Amino acid sequence: MWLIDSSVGRKFVMGITGGFLVLFLLFHSIMNVVVVFSPEAYNAVCEFLGANWYAIIGTLVLAAGVVIHFLYAALLTVQNLRARGRDRYAVTTRQEGVSWASKNMFVLGIIIIGFLVLHLIQFWSKMQLVELTGHGDHALAADGAYWIQHYFGQPVYCIVYIVLLCALWFHLTHGVWSCLHSLGLDNKTWLPRIKAIANVVATIVVLLFMAVPVYYLIVNVFGI
Amino acid sequence: MDKTINVTLKVWRQAGPKAKGHFETYKLDNISTDASFLEMMDILNEKLINERKEPVAFDHDCREGICGMCSLYINGHPHGPDSEITTCQLHMRKFKDGETITIEPWRSAGFPVIKDLMVDRSAYDKIMQAGGFISVTTGGVPDGNAIPIPKDKADEAMDAAACIGCGACAAACKNGSAMLFVSAKVSQLALLPQGRVEAKRRVKAMLSKMDELGFGNCTNTGACAAECPKAISITHIARLNREFIKAKLSD
Repeated sequence: MWLIDSSVGRKFVMGITGGFLVLFLLFHSIMNVVVVFSPEAYNAVCEFLGANWYAIIGTLVLAAGVVIHFLYAALLTVQNLRARGRDRYAVTTRQEGVSWASKNMFVLGIIIIGFLVLHLIQFWSKMQLVELTGHGDHALAADGAYWIQHYFGQPVYCIVYIVLLCALWFHLTHGVWSCLHSLGLDNKTWLPRIKAIANVVATIVVLLFMAVPVYYLIVNVFGI
Repeated sequence: MDKTINVTLKVWRQAGPKAKGHFETYKLDNISTDASFLEMMDILNEKLINERKEPVAFDHDCREGICGMCSLYINGHPHGPDSEITTCQLHMRKFKDGETITIEPWRSAGFPVIKDLMVDRSAYDKIMQAGGFISVTTGGVPDGNAIPIPKDKADEAMDAAACIGCGACAAACKNGSAMLFVSAKVSQLALLPQGRVEAKRRVKAMLSKMDELGFGNCTNTGACAAECPKAISITHIARLNREFIKAKLSD
């Protein structure tokens, strides 16, 4: 199976799963901003994405995307460490044009997985999981705005989310163009363009996500 | 006027492929800044031989930047701190008086050390043997320009063909990946009509040989292209990915 046996196949899988997750992040970040303008509208979205068949399928596909992306990343990291050889260079330098993110994608990925676990415990387990299992407080299962106020009412969580979103930004600045490059979708003209697109997409996604904790931080701490 | 500098060399010494290596420090005085880096290495070896010590083994051949034989990882850069040149084209004027210069061999699982600074790069030859050629049948010589080739394609193929197979890409890569080399060798043929005939078979054979020989997976850091003495672009890697994925999907 070339998707696991060949190096380009493995990168192809990383690109496809990564690209899919970026599309999800775009959707998720746009959805989140709604709460700033109208908590009621946001709750309507939460209701829509409860334990409905399409939301459950979506969740399963997403989970599969994350798991495959992570397993392949672990496999690639181990293989690449081995390919580096027994002895390491005594002197290493940073080459011009080589981004810090590109050399630390796995570490950034681990941070993002940690962020994901925290986020699932804080929100998903109180919302969709409650609807699925029937255990827990049903009245609040679709009240996303309540949970946002609950956690982001505490400034420490706002800060934690904002800091962790920075890791996501670094991961995406390399990941987005790397995805297109691994799928072979660029050339001399398009390489600088997809790098620019990556920076724009990463910045849009992260700014949209950050808008919520920043808004709640301002409202709750400074009382505006 | 001939300017001279004094340098301290930290050179990797390793008796053989299985032996444990270590750094050895040497002091060289009055090295002309007009000397090439390899001439400086020759002076070091002269000195070592006169002292009845084992000279440092390093690879070199044409000394004009076209054969791809010289290597050396100098102060954290394959082919030294200058850009778009090989080690043999590097001159001592790029170093400061009193500077310590660390010289290491290529370090990659695909390039095992033979002795000191010399590594076994026959893996690249094996990749070429797997498919880096065009099969031709003998017969009459075809007329020149019988096959029209667009200028941009010809230029791009020529840029890829500039690769001298020195191994700096795999040496610079944090993943020990040979993708830039393989992509250049696949591209120079894939872009031309003569190479298209065997394109699918070639890309699959060369890539699987690269994987088999223990090179790593490309993660698009771009360190290879930054260190390449022939400035091969990573856009060739995109073409390799494209060619490989297309070949696999059409299977």
